[in-house]
Amino acid sequence: MSYQPSELQMQRQAARRRASRRSTFIALASTLAFGFVITLVVTGAQGYEKVKASFFDWEYAKQALPSVAEGLLLNLRVLVMAEFFVLVLGLLIAIARTSTSPVLYPVRLVATIYTDLFRGLPLLLVLLLVGLGIPGLRISWIPNSAVVLGTVALVLTYSAYVAEVIRAGIEGVNPTQRQAARALGLSQSQTLEHVVLPQAMRNVTPPLLNDLVSLQKDSGLISVLGAVDAIRAAGIQTAQTFNFTPYLVAGALFVLLTIPLTRFTDWLTRKQDARQRAQGQW
Amino acid sequence: MTKNLLEINGLRKSFGSNLVLDDVSIDFAPRSATVIIGASGSGKSTLMRCMNLLEEIDDGQILLDARDISAYGIDLDEVRSQIGSVFQAFNLFPHLTVVQNITLAPRLVHGVSKESADTLARDLLARFGLAEKADEYPNLLSGGQQQRVAIIRAVATNPKLLMLDEVTSALDPVLIAEVLSLIAELKRDGMTMVISTHEMGFAKKIADKVIFLYKGRVHEEGTPAEIFESPKSAELKAFLGALHDAGRL
Repeated sequence: MSYQPSELQMQRQAARRRASRRSTFIALASTLAFGFVITLVVTGAQGYEKVKASFFDWEYAKQALPSVAEGLLLNLRVLVMAEFFVLVLGLLIAIARTSTSPVLYPVRLVATIYTDLFRGLPLLLVLLLVGLGIPGLRISWIPNSAVVLGTVALVLTYSAYVAEVIRAGIEGVNPTQRQAARALGLSQSQTLEHVVLPQAMRNVTPPLLNDLVSLQKDSGLISVLGAVDAIRAAGIQTAQTFNFTPYLVAGALFVLLTIPLTRFTDWLTRKQDARQRAQGQW
Repeated sequence: MTKNLLEINGLRKSFGSNLVLDDVSIDFAPRSATVIIGASGSGKSTLMRCMNLLEEIDDGQILLDARDISAYGIDLDEVRSQIGSVFQAFNLFPHLTVVQNITLAPRLVHGVSKESADTLARDLLARFGLAEKADEYPNLLSGGQQQRVAIIRAVATNPKLLMLDEVTSALDPVLIAEVLSLIAELKRDGMTMVISTHEMGFAKKIADKVIFLYKGRVHEEGTPAEIFESPKSAELKAFLGALHDAGRL
């Protein structure tokens, strides 16, 4: 086959190439100009040198890194535990809220009050109430470790958010899907498990992962209870040296921590799309 | 007199103040195909949704194998598992492959093992020319293929009765032909069917009995010859005339 593009098509392609070259050039010029202005504003600021010295000191950063990184391990442990329980609890609450059986009315009521309450309460307040209030009760079998109580507070708050996301997913599945399943004789719970939830979870994966990313960074808030996590470790360093660079180190580590989860979300979404589009390879 | 597989007696259904079905009574003989015709809004879909208990009825009685399935406290799941239903909009499960779609109910509801459910599904697919689609996801299939899978999914549970609600309305003529030949073959197998359709040519060929619904009532019923060749009521004549003018008769 010796297909030769027509004269007209070649002109069209040339025009497209010219347009695309011009776009690239404009983007480049605009970025340079933008960067130049920002640099000028920041470095030209009166306190620039001072801020640079107290927040961006390479030596202090290197010094702080080991203890901050060690603190981050605690954050990791906390957030893995919290993510697990948040997903489980969130799913249960979402199922409870979307149930229709009259027997489950009290469960629905409790679930509704729960989500209203914990979506409204500031996380910091929940942390303080749980972290300081519960040990105050002096119930012997409840651990009073800051890490455990901090994790509980995170789970309480984030389960409410995740439950709402999953509920939206469940309600977003076309009612005809439920109907088709019931018409085949599947029971309510079989329909939920095999037809509704798989589609709901797929649809809400991006917003769900978004909440988990948010949970990851908020795991740093348990430091207010005295747990030596990355932020607390940075604070200790800062208290010794009066330089704030360790906080920036902690911040950078938190950002690095969230990137894998974000990429994982992208990958998962792509894979699911491919799975439905490709020739049934999975 | 043969025993009816399904009997509807004095069925009544309204949505709010809108009376959709009014004193509908129909008998369905075993191994027969009953075609329900009527204009949009005449109550065809509601009637079918009442028959597989997706709608609660307001009065009357539905008997399946002489058992009152409209009685209070009846196990809805158990009844529905004996009635296969196919809808205009296919309603295949998009997250499951074709085989998984077909085997879901046999495995979960009828306790068939995965292996035998799989074998049955692949046999049915092969029989209806869909063998190579077995492991694909539904949205890769054409509309006609999807609807044929939906019908296979409904018969894979070996129901006593198959209900087909305007199953060709969303398809173009070539795809319609694929679906109709599948239905005709199921009829030859002896499946009892209730079909609502706008395909009058097909209705003539396959029906043992034709029901003309008009304003929620059984306005006329009879054999295809009686209904299509010598309609009695003015309403049926008008309906058939309109179909004729639209080139569908």
